[in-house]
Amino acid sequence: MAENESKAVLLNRLQVCDFILVELNEYLDTHPDDTEALKSFEKHRMMREQTAKTYTERFGPIVPTDSTSTTRWSWIDGPWPWETDAERRA
Amino acid sequence: MWVYQKKLQYPVKIARPNAALAKVIISQLGGPDGETGASTRYLNQRFSAPTAEMKGVLTDIGTEELAHMELVSTLVYQLTRNLTMDEIKNSGFDTYFVDHTTGVYPVAASGTPFTALTLQSTGDPIADLNEDLAAEQKARLTYDNILRLADDPDVRDVIKFLRAREIIHYQRFGETLRGLLDTLDSKNYYAYNPSFDQKKS
Repeated sequence: MAENESKAVLLNRLQVCDFILVELNEYLDTHPDDTEALKSFEKHRMMREQTAKTYTERFGPIVPTDSTSTTRWSWIDGPWPWETDAERRA
Repeated sequence: MWVYQKKLQYPVKIARPNAALAKVIISQLGGPDGETGASTRYLNQRFSAPTAEMKGVLTDIGTEELAHMELVSTLVYQLTRNLTMDEIKNSGFDTYFVDHTTGVYPVAASGTPFTALTLQSTGDPIADLNEDLAAEQKARLTYDNILRLADDPDVRDVIKFLRAREIIHYQRFGETLRGLLDTLDSKNYYAYNPSFDQKKS
């Protein structure tokens, strides 16, 4: 995972990881003893954790409790998910 | 409880506004088989779910449907940016515009506001799961109809993602129903629900 990866690349990887985790979560709800699915969940959980750490350190919080700044509550800074970069307003 | 993640479940980047399409797509926010009804249905039904699998499925699919409300709302928001008054008048969007401007409001394409009368929470897990199976099929066919009406590839891509999720959720609810039926007395082949009369300690 390169240091200079763009916000778009990191966000896309995060969305892919989270999608796989949601899909596995719902599958495991009806197949709670499927060890192959559990292994895949753990693999993608670790990938998601690393991606989220890099993303939040460089581009701000995904959930409010990611916030660590003592000078600026950056949670409110845009763009919000429904906006595109073109309409970015802080 | 829930925690908001400041990202969409699937990327939405609509290049061209299209008020006529927004007026159709908004049915999957506030219409009879839309995502607001889906999340409301599942997140309320789960309190009478008797099995661990059913509690998990209703909680987790109900939660995913909240993310789908956000995707449909984002489609509507981006499709109605920077409209001219001529586009609003000529697209049929004027009847929505008069009440809501370009604010996002849960309404069916026909104009009926979202109503919980489109869903049930019966307290009977077999009845509820059969409703949930039908709900996923109805949502899937609504997305099929949107695909018949939508030419914009940016819009179609998101709609195809949402359509695929309905198919997966139908699968999970089917497995949940089969698991639940397996817990019934083998002589109960009419699959009536005994859970209300058999009190748990």
